[in-house]
Amino acid sequence: MKKNVQTILKHVVCIILCILVLAPFYMVLINSFKPKAEAARMNLSLPSEWLFSNYLEVIEQGKLVQGFINSLTYALVATFLGVVLCSMAAFVMCRKRTKLNVFLYYFVLCGLFFPVNYVTLVRVLSAAHLTDTRTGIILVFTSAMIPFCVFTIRNFVTSVPVELDEAAVIDGAGPISLFFKIIMPLLKPTLVTCFILQFMGVWSDFLTPLYLSSKSKLFPMTMAVYQFFGKNKNNWNYIFADIVLTCIPVIIVYMIGQKYIVGGMTSGAVKE
Amino acid sequence: MNKKRIYPQWFLILPLALYIIFFLLPSIMGVGYSVTDWNSRSVLTGVNFVGLDNYKEIFLSDKNYLSGIGHTLMFTIVSNIVKLIPALLIAIMLQEGLRGQGFYRTVLYLPSILPFVIIGLIFKSILNYNNGLLNMFFEAVHLDIFKLKWLSDLNVVWKSIIGVDAWRGIGYVMTIFLAGLNTIPKSYYEAAQIDGANFWQRLRYVTLPMLTGSIMINLVFGITYGLKVFDIVYVLTNGGPGHATEVLTTYAFQLYSRGQYGMSSALNTVLLIITAIVGVFIVKTLGKQEVQQ
Repeated sequence: MKKNVQTILKHVVCIILCILVLAPFYMVLINSFKPKAEAARMNLSLPSEWLFSNYLEVIEQGKLVQGFINSLTYALVATFLGVVLCSMAAFVMCRKRTKLNVFLYYFVLCGLFFPVNYVTLVRVLSAAHLTDTRTGIILVFTSAMIPFCVFTIRNFVTSVPVELDEAAVIDGAGPISLFFKIIMPLLKPTLVTCFILQFMGVWSDFLTPLYLSSKSKLFPMTMAVYQFFGKNKNNWNYIFADIVLTCIPVIIVYMIGQKYIVGGMTSGAVKE
Repeated sequence: MNKKRIYPQWFLILPLALYIIFFLLPSIMGVGYSVTDWNSRSVLTGVNFVGLDNYKEIFLSDKNYLSGIGHTLMFTIVSNIVKLIPALLIAIMLQEGLRGQGFYRTVLYLPSILPFVIIGLIFKSILNYNNGLLNMFFEAVHLDIFKLKWLSDLNVVWKSIIGVDAWRGIGYVMTIFLAGLNTIPKSYYEAAQIDGANFWQRLRYVTLPMLTGSIMINLVFGITYGLKVFDIVYVLTNGGPGHATEVLTTYAFQLYSRGQYGMSSALNTVLLIITAIVGVFIVKTLGKQEVQQ
């Protein structure tokens, strides 16, 4: 009996927590279909008429197509590059533990703590003639994810048996085919985790484009939304529609990659 | 086996080069530029060495930079406490074989995947004084004393920011705790139960000691995040009202947009030093624990 009461109480607490989390989403969604005056009241009632046109309006005015393409390019290219490069580095760092490599590993790990100095980063980019270019922004995103990816992937490489390398080499594989044909497929779970986490990280990032892109042509969705908010402070229906559209891609990635997220986030913590 | 041949060192070159050029180099250059008057007019006048003038301005002038540093530290400490303790309790509650655990976890984790800008905008509307959801709720249940100016009242604004931050972050912290809890063998709890340990005793003597790894990882992520916090403050209050919610990074961005690059670099260097001190401290504690184990 006591156990039952406890279980029910727990469910009640959980449901309240879920409502606290979901209510804002519901509010945003429902208000994104309302006419302007109604949306300004921001309440939870259903719209008197469903205006799907809000969305069309926002896509046009908020330059969302451009923003979506930019976000997708940054996130895909930077994350792909980052994960491939880091897995190569992590593999060698883990397998060949020379003094130099161990030092380099900790050297890279420092990046988990340190803040990026964007002011001088802008300067470095201009010296490399990469100011206000997609390449520049992508390289910065890739560099920023290196510490995390190297850390996570190196932890995982330890679990791949060294005998595999030896067998492959005896069969005549060179380092490149050994890594890409044999090791990489085995690292898939951790690579997918890194990819998803970093993809969502780049998609959500606001500070990097804020410093690095002065042309609205280069703005990712987060910047586009913020700009749109600045221009349409009273059109909450449009702002809410804009928020919904920006959230959808991350929510889709989250739903698909959910099981990988939890495993990867904690692989470092639990192993200790 | 020839290690040189099958584990080629050049695999490291590209990632290291990127890391050094776009991550480390700017930080080191920042320290250098922090003792200059580098600004938007430097194209004409050149960059001049000014010694510690920038730091004097940060620490000795009456321009509020010190309070920005204070706010950063306060946010780091308070936001971590506010997230870690409830997250641990929720994780324990979910872990003890509750049906629908997966669903609850998915929902509670959801906010932490969304961009801060989005969360900031959503809560700008929810915390709106006249029409916001929160004040409407308090009005509906006749608790008008709680109807506050969430984002413009000096005494409340930090609580709002930390609240929003917790709304986003608790699910994430909880997920890490859950993974840690799952590695604790059930038999430990059974043994404790037989010995007559109550909930708090089990928490104190079984759960917490076994969770050190997860607690540490949460603290490391939480502290480094707190020190670097920008988005949520920038979108919710932009440092206002006045300078009441200004943190290091928002000041640094303001100085940057006003073209005072040297000053901005000096503030970034202060942040770098604080992070370094905290980092060394964390690494030392981690090291000590490994020795104990």
